[in-house]
Amino acid sequence: MIKSWNHIIQKPKKNRYRWFIYLALAAVYIWAFAGVPFTGFKETAGQITKAIVTGIFTPDWDFVYLPEGEDLLRGLLETLAISVLGTFISTLLCIPFAFWAAVNMSRTKAVSGSGKMVLSFIRAIPEIILALMFIKAVGPGSFAGVLALGLHSVGMLGKLFADEVENMDNGPVEALVSAGANRLQILWFAVIPQVLPGFLSYTLYRFEINMRSAAILGVIGAGGIGTPLIFALSTRNWDRVGIILLGIVILITVVDMISGAIRKRLV
Amino acid sequence: MSANAELKRPKAPGKLKHYLTAAIVLLLLWGSAIHTEATFGELIEGFPNMFDLLEEMFPPKWSYFDNIVGAMLETIRMALVGTTIGAIMAIPVALLCASNFAASWWIRHPVRFILNLIRTVPDLLLAAIFVAIFGLGPLPGILALSVFALGLIAKLTYEALETIDRGPLEAMTSVGANGIQRIIFAVIPQIQAHFMSFTLYTFEINVRAAAVLGLVGAGGIGHYYEVTLGFLEYDKTSVIIIFTLAVVLLIDYTSTKLREKLL
Repeated sequence: MIKSWNHIIQKPKKNRYRWFIYLALAAVYIWAFAGVPFTGFKETAGQITKAIVTGIFTPDWDFVYLPEGEDLLRGLLETLAISVLGTFISTLLCIPFAFWAAVNMSRTKAVSGSGKMVLSFIRAIPEIILALMFIKAVGPGSFAGVLALGLHSVGMLGKLFADEVENMDNGPVEALVSAGANRLQILWFAVIPQVLPGFLSYTLYRFEINMRSAAILGVIGAGGIGTPLIFALSTRNWDRVGIILLGIVILITVVDMISGAIRKRLV
Repeated sequence: MSANAELKRPKAPGKLKHYLTAAIVLLLLWGSAIHTEATFGELIEGFPNMFDLLEEMFPPKWSYFDNIVGAMLETIRMALVGTTIGAIMAIPVALLCASNFAASWWIRHPVRFILNLIRTVPDLLLAAIFVAIFGLGPLPGILALSVFALGLIAKLTYEALETIDRGPLEAMTSVGANGIQRIIFAVIPQIQAHFMSFTLYTFEINVRAAAVLGLVGAGGIGHYYEVTLGFLEYDKTSVIIIFTLAVVLLIDYTSTKLREKLL
């Protein structure tokens, strides 16, 4: 008889506060679901769904190109342009923020911590709210959308860039210091070659996100394909809604594919 | 001698590719700038307006806070309900997508394709379409958030499912467990922390999204942006922005801490 056969391994002790957590979660969920005003669907809901689905399958092909303008292709092109420019502006703006927020680039933790806080503050303001404010400043149109995307993306890009700078290998920097390089030379020959592929890859990633944002900016009048879509929705022109949705899905899929292929080669 | 050494030195890699890339990027930027009619003159001209706007926004009219607490709670509620529904729906979908659970190529790839399609439609557009179908109110917002959550959580979960350790699964098979038992004892313990983390992450995103859904009439605090901006009451708008920021940052912080504990 070997004793260890009879020895039963104790189950890991469970957290004593477990039940309290479950109760709290249950309370939150009861509060959340009780507050949903579910009064049944509108009688027209089925009809409209059917109309939209038929609209997607029988799109209004004439809308793809209209000689007098305001057609699908021009809307999509404008969306693309907004997102290209917005991404470019935010890439330029976020580089100083990234070096500010990177721990290994500042002497004290307070400096990089404050940089990180500023970035998460910028990130928390939705781009559509920024666009509403820029519309007041520069008037409705795609330029307001460009500025909104440019500012909002700084929050996320700055953080990703800062992470990239923090993960940098310090060897080349030390080698250049020991060879007597000045700060600019260190930046140019040791830092930039290391972080550039990461920066470019994140920029492309943000570009993909910005494409989606640019597609909705038109809802509030900041340019792009969103404006004709909202217009078609409010005039119940379902065939046009269908073709616009189709256009957005195709454009975003193609952009995702191209950008994904480039990103794979970069990193 | 020196000429010989010169010959042996490796050639610097060609720079043509970089020049071409730079040229393409510049061309893209130039074309975009023309297309959006973006000019620095306009920006400089518009900048004073921007400061006027900021001046009007401060000081915030704190008394407006009482009017928007209800809408803010509705926003959080929408995000919570939407994320939960999406997360529950994501479980079977993720199982259908994972290559080690759905055996057939013909199930896996069509489902993944539909998931990709779902993720290309921005949430605000989904909400706008659901508003057209179901009418104004938080219900279309919740549906839009659920669809978005489904797309994101299902993708992240099936990728995590594909990387689970096969050992426990084989051990369960060898002691004669059936399919359900294998999932309960070998799959769920491996995946649940990841799944909860993805759900929390999606909840963070959905709170931000829910805050603006009101702009298309899908419930939540977004509606008040339109109301206050429409009446040019910028001091009230700034209260909404500050309140939203506080809630979003608080939820982000809590959720990040929870996720760190989970993984």
